Amino acid sequence: MSTQTSAADNGAVSFKYMLEFEKPIAKMEQEVLRLEADQATSGRDYSEMIRSIREQLDATLKQAYSNLTPWENVQVARHPKRPLLRDYIRMLCKDFCELHGDRHIADDRALVCGFARIAGAKVMLIGHHKGRDTKERIECNFGCAHPEGYRKALRCMKLAEKFHVPVVALIDTPGAYPGVASEERGIAHAIAVNLMEMSRLRTPFVACVIGEGGSGGALGIAVADQIAVMEYAYYSVISPEGCAGILWKSAEHAARAANALKLTPKELRRLNLIDAVIEEPLGGAHRDAMAAARSVETWISRSLQDLSRVKTETLVKRRYDRLRNLGSFFVNTAEGAGQEQKVVKQRSRKAASVSAAPEATPAAG
Amino acid sequence: MAETPTQTRKNVDIPEGLWIACTKCSQMLYRRNLEEELHVCYECGHHYRIDARTRIKQLVDPGTFEEFLPSLESSDPLEFTDRISYKERLAGVKKESGESEAILVGKAFIKGRGVILGVMNPFFIMGSMGSVVGEKVSAAAERAVKDDLPLIMVTCSGGARMMEGMVSLVQMAKTSAAIARLDEAGGLYIVVMTDPTTAGVAASFAFLGDFTLAEPGALIGFAGPRVIANTIKAVLPEGFQRAEFMLEHGYVDRIVHRKDLRSEIARLIDYANK
Repeated sequence: MSTQTSAADNGAVSFKYMLEFEKPIAKMEQEVLRLEADQATSGRDYSEMIRSIREQLDATLKQAYSNLTPWENVQVARHPKRPLLRDYIRMLCKDFCELHGDRHIADDRALVCGFARIAGAKVMLIGHHKGRDTKERIECNFGCAHPEGYRKALRCMKLAEKFHVPVVALIDTPGAYPGVASEERGIAHAIAVNLMEMSRLRTPFVACVIGEGGSGGALGIAVADQIAVMEYAYYSVISPEGCAGILWKSAEHAARAANALKLTPKELRRLNLIDAVIEEPLGGAHRDAMAAARSVETWISRSLQDLSRVKTETLVKRRYDRLRNLGSFFVNTAEGAGQEQKVVKQRSRKAASVSAAPEATPAAG
Repeated sequence: MAETPTQTRKNVDIPEGLWIACTKCSQMLYRRNLEEELHVCYECGHHYRIDARTRIKQLVDPGTFEEFLPSLESSDPLEFTDRISYKERLAGVKKESGESEAILVGKAFIKGRGVILGVMNPFFIMGSMGSVVGEKVSAAAERAVKDDLPLIMVTCSGGARMMEGMVSLVQMAKTSAAIARLDEAGGLYIVVMTDPTTAGVAASFAFLGDFTLAEPGALIGFAGPRVIANTIKAVLPEGFQRAEFMLEHGYVDRIVHRKDLRSEIARLIDYANK
């Protein structure tokens, strides 16, 4: 892994990007910096003091981050200093050979695709990029892809299938772009086709949500054999603000909506909708981007190794069975009724046997 | 199901009374005539939203609909509560609509041709897709493969059901995978998009048809028009996201008047040699 990253200036976290619950932490961090600078210039020894503040800092960080509310979790996932796709590419990939364009209309900068080498493996990397500075953010539409982005992604998945290279998707988007051009060029159609094709793609596919997993725009590149969400990332059917606007009639209730939507990795794991939660460094990926990248790399590498042992036929069949049983949370109120109910019962038993979280087994039958 | 004016109140998007003003053109319409016209305004052609049972009655050969999985109900995996709990909301909607969920699936005949049919209900939490809808759509697709029959989906939905959170989002992947299986088996899949077909349902099984028909004026798209207007801070073009707009941009095969749906579906089944 290469060392340079623009994602986090280790230690010096400015107030500008502070989340409300991080402010006491930032104060301590600044105090440490001040003491260190003073020490260097005056020659006095503050090391005892610095150590004690650092200890206190770690304890406070641990305390704050082990008790994040779902809404705070969402804010960390959106943190302006959180590493983005191109940061991960720099940190994870020994080589990255970007491939541009959907062959129909344009090259969408919000969705980045290309061959890459990760932990010694050749992969097809696909991911959303939000952009770091204002200029880049505008070029990338803040990570909201148009249909051409999803079509480029599909083109690259098909290439991966053709040349027997696994697909790695890194997800970080508020959602697909809601705009006139996006609708005119069939954003719903583009996502639908991707879902269908991913479900039968004849190559291993792993996906990891590194920041925001925004609804259909996230799912549009995330139908995989193994799905992970980073510890402070989130994955949701709708943004908490959007949900609050509809159900509470005001976006101010976003915190309540975030709570109700069960969008944190822990909850998603409990519902058996994802396979793994990737641990982040203390205080979130933006405090130590390299450590975050290392966790992601380990997960990708291990998952791809596991999948490489599976025959393609088995892989595709297993992916279907998994999808077919995913999120089956229903009850049959007509006990002992006709033949159709039996089908459901059998299926739910199958789901129960593959489920890793017993409390999350479907309640059918 | 006999339809008297009082019974249709909760299931059809039409004001009460024997004489009613069309919500689109304001012409006075006699209710009985409107019902005879399949709930299409006989002055301006406005297609009213109708519930799933009314739709099935209009679409299939009399008495041929045989429902599958009639009693599946959501188990509220998130224990979701907004201003009221999801459980209460479901109980209320069930009582009001007389249905257990937002879709009916089953086997039927259309002009003598056997089909597997799914019909969504806009009067059940806006036809939204949660665990049950996802299951029923997937089961219908699998049944179409097993029985070697065409799958006909009449879509009508605001998208994924928020109250089931990510459980509802993954139904998009589940249903699309089931449609992929049907496609691989060489099965015929016809989608009839009705008002509205948007968001998570549009971006999954609704846009995967071999043939895509749409009722005139149906809202079809991904993001809601209000969301888009807020994003771009501009007035949306006339007819934006309507069926005619989607046809013009290449995403709908044919726009079909409600009275012609039966014959159009039969025609496509014949062309596809099914």
